[in-house]
Amino acid sequence: MSTDSIEGQADRLLLPSYARDDSSHPALDTPEYRSTSLRHPSEPLQRLPQNLTEVTGPVLGHERVSETDHDLTIQHEGEPLGERIVVSGRVLDSDGKPVPDTLVEAWQANAAGRYRHAGDRHPAPLDPNFSGVGRCMTDEHGRYRFVTIKPGAYPWRNHDNAWRPAHIHFSLFGRAFTQRLITQMYFPGDPLFHQDPIFNSVRDPKARERMICEFDLDSTIPEWALSYHFDIVLRGSRATPFENEEDDDDD
Amino acid sequence: MTTEHGGPATTPSQTVGPFFALPGGLPWPDGPEVVGPDTEDAFLLRGRLLDGAGEPVPDGLVEMWQADEHGRFAHPDDPRGSSTSARGFGRCATGSDGEFWFRTVRPGALPTPEGEWEAPHIDVTVLARGLLDRVVTRIYFPDEEEANAADPVLSTVDQQRRGTLIAGVEDGAFRFDIRLQGTGETVFFAV
Ligand SMILES: [Fe+2]
Repeated sequence: MSTDSIEGQADRLLLPSYARDDSSHPALDTPEYRSTSLRHPSEPLQRLPQNLTEVTGPVLGHERVSETDHDLTIQHEGEPLGERIVVSGRVLDSDGKPVPDTLVEAWQANAAGRYRHAGDRHPAPLDPNFSGVGRCMTDEHGRYRFVTIKPGAYPWRNHDNAWRPAHIHFSLFGRAFTQRLITQMYFPGDPLFHQDPIFNSVRDPKARERMICEFDLDSTIPEWALSYHFDIVLRGSRATPFENEEDDDDD
Repeated sequence: MTTEHGGPATTPSQTVGPFFALPGGLPWPDGPEVVGPDTEDAFLLRGRLLDGAGEPVPDGLVEMWQADEHGRFAHPDDPRGSSTSARGFGRCATGSDGEFWFRTVRPGALPTPEGEWEAPHIDVTVLARGLLDRVVTRIYFPDEEEANAADPVLSTVDQQRRGTLIAGVEDGAFRFDIRLQGTGETVFFAV
């Protein structure tokens, strides 16, 4: 393709625009979580326009996902120890539209609160039948589903007698670089919430609730597994050909 | 909970934590290889992820996303049409010395909706224990002086700090260190 024809199209480029959602997210500088102190940028972030690189993103397909990847209880000879659970929900955007065919990655501690990672020094047993890694693709309605065991809480060294509430880590791509999200899913009513600086780094209590799954009796599998529902919402795109950016508050 | 435009509010970000690199986890065996070793004009891009004390960050994950060498994306939202099968995506966990690498090709320049041209660049996401949200930066190339000078993003960056977005050259590879904080702090973007 010649440069001319690209140039000819350039002034007609119509790109989606992803809504800002800064108020959902924690501040990078959150002193209660000590590891942020030397790792948060001290200069203000610069505004990046949402051009072609930002409104596109990796189309990571089914070749990254195998048959058993969504079921963390069948990846070994035997079954892992712990409370078997189903975690399912939808990946949506903030326009309420499902995000189909997108890769969802998950990782977690075992039932005793131990990760299969060389750096995890928690003196709790490893489970030879549990790796703690899952991945799946959302279907055409944005739905995903994992079968796993409920992760245990674990101690860490952030402050005196610090414990992480039970959680499952999630990684999402959506369809654009702009939508990339890493989060953690928590369980309802965890008594450790009040002392966890990572959970509480999200200052808005309503926003914190959006990281807590719902117990879902209807989708339990009788005599086999309890079930939790967790919808994940990424930034939405409004195609706005005729209006300029509404929010001018760059700082 | 809904936003003012009626849709659901977004899920908050949380740190990737220290254990994302458990076996079979986020780092893929082919993660740093955006293109295969035999690809024409492929090069290595190496760097280190450093904290505010200048110490390496050994538990980080660096991801990159770019157009192909003709400025094309394998993506339905590219209004010019999708005419490439290039993966365009790489991810690399940092090593004990904070080091990361990618093998890729130089992306083409990109038109903007305003009719300007962005110089060849790579978008980067940095994740790590201690980062509650991802941080985003861009890598530009040192031998694209003219295109860099006309780039609408680079030109909004304080001249004193612009250099943090431009790769260096070392041992036949491009070099791009990422300093999360302090002296020589990399310019990070809100996207
Ligand atoms: Fe964790």
